[in-house]
Amino acid sequence: MSILTVSGSPHVHGHQNVKSIMYGVVVAMIPAIFVSVYFFGLDAARVIFISVAACLFFEWIIQKYLLKGPLTINDGSALVTGVLLAFNVPSNLPAWMIVAGALVSIGIAKMSFGGLGKNPFNPALIGRVFLLISFPVQMTSWPVPKALFAPGVTDAITGPTTLGILKEGISAGKTVQELMGSAGFPGYMNDLVGAQGGSLGEISAIALLLGAAYMFFRRIITWHIPAAYIGSAFVFSGILWLVNPAIYIDPVMHMLAGGMILGVFYMATDMVSSPMSPRGQLVFGVGAGLLTILIRVWGAYPEGVSFAILIMNAFTPLINKAFKPRRFGEALPVKKG
Amino acid sequence: MKTFKLGGVHPEENKLSAGAAIEILPLPEKVFIPVSQSLGAPSKLIVEKGAVVKTGQLIAKGEAFISANVHSSVSGKVSRIEEVTDTSGYRRTAVVIDVEGDEWDEQIDCSKEVKAEITHSREEIVRKISEMGVVGLGGATFPSHVKLMVPEGKKAENLLINGVECEPYLTSDHRLMLERSREMLIGIQILMKGLDVKKAYIGIEKNKPDAIDHLEKLVAEYPGIEVVPLKVKYPQGGEKQLIKAITGREVPSGKLPIEVGCVVNNVGTALAVYEAVQKNKPLVERVVTVTGKSLEKPSNLLVRIGTPVSKLIEFAGGLPADTGKVINGGPMMGKALTSLEVPVVKGTSGLLIMPEKESRRMPVVNCIRCARCISVCPMGLEPVLLAQLSENQMFETAEKERILDCIECGSCHFTCPAGRPLLDYLRLGKNKVGIIIRNRGKK
Repeated sequence: MSILTVSGSPHVHGHQNVKSIMYGVVVAMIPAIFVSVYFFGLDAARVIFISVAACLFFEWIIQKYLLKGPLTINDGSALVTGVLLAFNVPSNLPAWMIVAGALVSIGIAKMSFGGLGKNPFNPALIGRVFLLISFPVQMTSWPVPKALFAPGVTDAITGPTTLGILKEGISAGKTVQELMGSAGFPGYMNDLVGAQGGSLGEISAIALLLGAAYMFFRRIITWHIPAAYIGSAFVFSGILWLVNPAIYIDPVMHMLAGGMILGVFYMATDMVSSPMSPRGQLVFGVGAGLLTILIRVWGAYPEGVSFAILIMNAFTPLINKAFKPRRFGEALPVKKG
Repeated sequence: MKTFKLGGVHPEENKLSAGAAIEILPLPEKVFIPVSQSLGAPSKLIVEKGAVVKTGQLIAKGEAFISANVHSSVSGKVSRIEEVTDTSGYRRTAVVIDVEGDEWDEQIDCSKEVKAEITHSREEIVRKISEMGVVGLGGATFPSHVKLMVPEGKKAENLLINGVECEPYLTSDHRLMLERSREMLIGIQILMKGLDVKKAYIGIEKNKPDAIDHLEKLVAEYPGIEVVPLKVKYPQGGEKQLIKAITGREVPSGKLPIEVGCVVNNVGTALAVYEAVQKNKPLVERVVTVTGKSLEKPSNLLVRIGTPVSKLIEFAGGLPADTGKVINGGPMMGKALTSLEVPVVKGTSGLLIMPEKESRRMPVVNCIRCARCISVCPMGLEPVLLAQLSENQMFETAEKERILDCIECGSCHFTCPAGRPLLDYLRLGKNKVGIIIRNRGKK
């Protein structure tokens, strides 16, 4: 020892860093990755691989040649975006479309704002919505899930999602009960384990909840956004269902079908694009929940999760300004006695 | 079990020296006693070069309302009066005394006998504490007699005694509570009398079960004093957090604890009060924890004020070869020292020797807006926002966002996954906002 290091306090640091958080999210997505490969076969693996590789590539090349900043592809954030983008598309999407989606996600939604931490919107969702409005046919033809190695069914068969069946049927004048009783409707149990048509990562509620539990345990996410999101969506859809169960889907099916669980736990909770104070997070969650049901019931699309989250992302700066954390000593009258 | 509600973190406790009984550090050959060691106005030097002083003799007088007397901690001859680097890193005037023997001032009762009977009146108590240069020994060094002068219109209801010691590594208060408990309890009674309060609560975190047990047995003999075990959470030893944890009250922004009827003193201060009032003994020595993972013998030492920190490290086994940083205080709020020749002062609660591999900060990356700094802030502030405002020199907005409420506990920087030096920016911002407010007053 010849020279003493001098720096301001604190002199110790907690165990979390950006990398450990990002890779924690990746670990949380592993069960859903397995389920997607189980039901959609190697096609699912293909989509995930292309999406991740493209996201990492665009992050690297933009950082190196356009932003001329330090190497950031190993911080895990592009990896998370890559997996999430793959989770948000059907397993039969052509490779070049996945690459285009990755370019929009990383290039436009993330790097053009300055990279990690600067993006106002969730990059994977921007990529998904770009693909959805550019290639509506390919983005809404869903391969029918089949257990891996199950004989008889080929990959070529496509069919609608749970929400798609219901939306079509209701607008054709059928009741929810008729539709849910019809042949080929996945039902609650299949939606829970993942045997339903849909994007790669959204099909299995159980796998997603397992990963979410891990993120809670690791303290990567807090309860505020998920609880407010699910709570408001459940209550809103529940009220509609009580009013007329023939034309409104019951709240439990709303939770299990479509991208609800994926959106609530993996995308609405994205730190960068969601509010910072607990109060703000509750407002964000309630808003996203109401918008999701609003779009699902009255919108043109059967699914509303991505639009709902993106709209609330846009409100995040305002929410941050309006909903401050409770300051110490605020609003607590001095107790006498 | 009680604790404060808002924010907080759980750094590794690393109380390496918790089992080490307090040892007396041998007298050094020279002491360097800074003339100003407390919060408030500088004290006025009253000795000259060449003067012969006794242990406990007054050498600098606190003349302002908020200032404190300083006494010689040794007997000997004033060889120089010069600028020395103190623990804060600034050069300050200090009295250098060559130690000769250890002759105490005649007024001081040096016997070991515990004097339990409190004969002094309230006014005498305040005067004694002021005379003996007692300051808050938790680290803030606020002159203790000022805390006893309750402002007009306010009333103290509770005395809170801070035995939390929430800083990792530090154990000096823990040892005091075990080894000097009776004197400390009498000190608490004196403070209760000085404040005219009926209740005193000693807050102790439950990671010191021996101290809680020991004091709970003893307090039965001291009416009005109660031990309050607390859940372990940093920064519970913060004044406002301790008041919240024990009484449930929140001190309003910019106000003092007396606003909610509380006065907080550290356990070490209670002992110093006992010695000042019962034994006529000025604050010339204190217990300092010397600790670190590579240190041979983590210790708790009774040290004369003005002893160079190198002497303490020598006693604890010498400076380890892998040393990277030496901290005055604990790892969360302590100051990194620039030299080992700085003297121990009244506010030195510990010396932490950090190995080189733990001395560097982690690399800084972009903020990912995870809001962990907000959720751990014990004052309910938004460190990320305040740091940004400071960085962009938007100090008026920072003031509105209550940057001055920051207690500099460091929880935000501790928890930041991007390694951002949030507290550095907040300190800068607080400083600038303070200047702006002072200039406003001048207009």
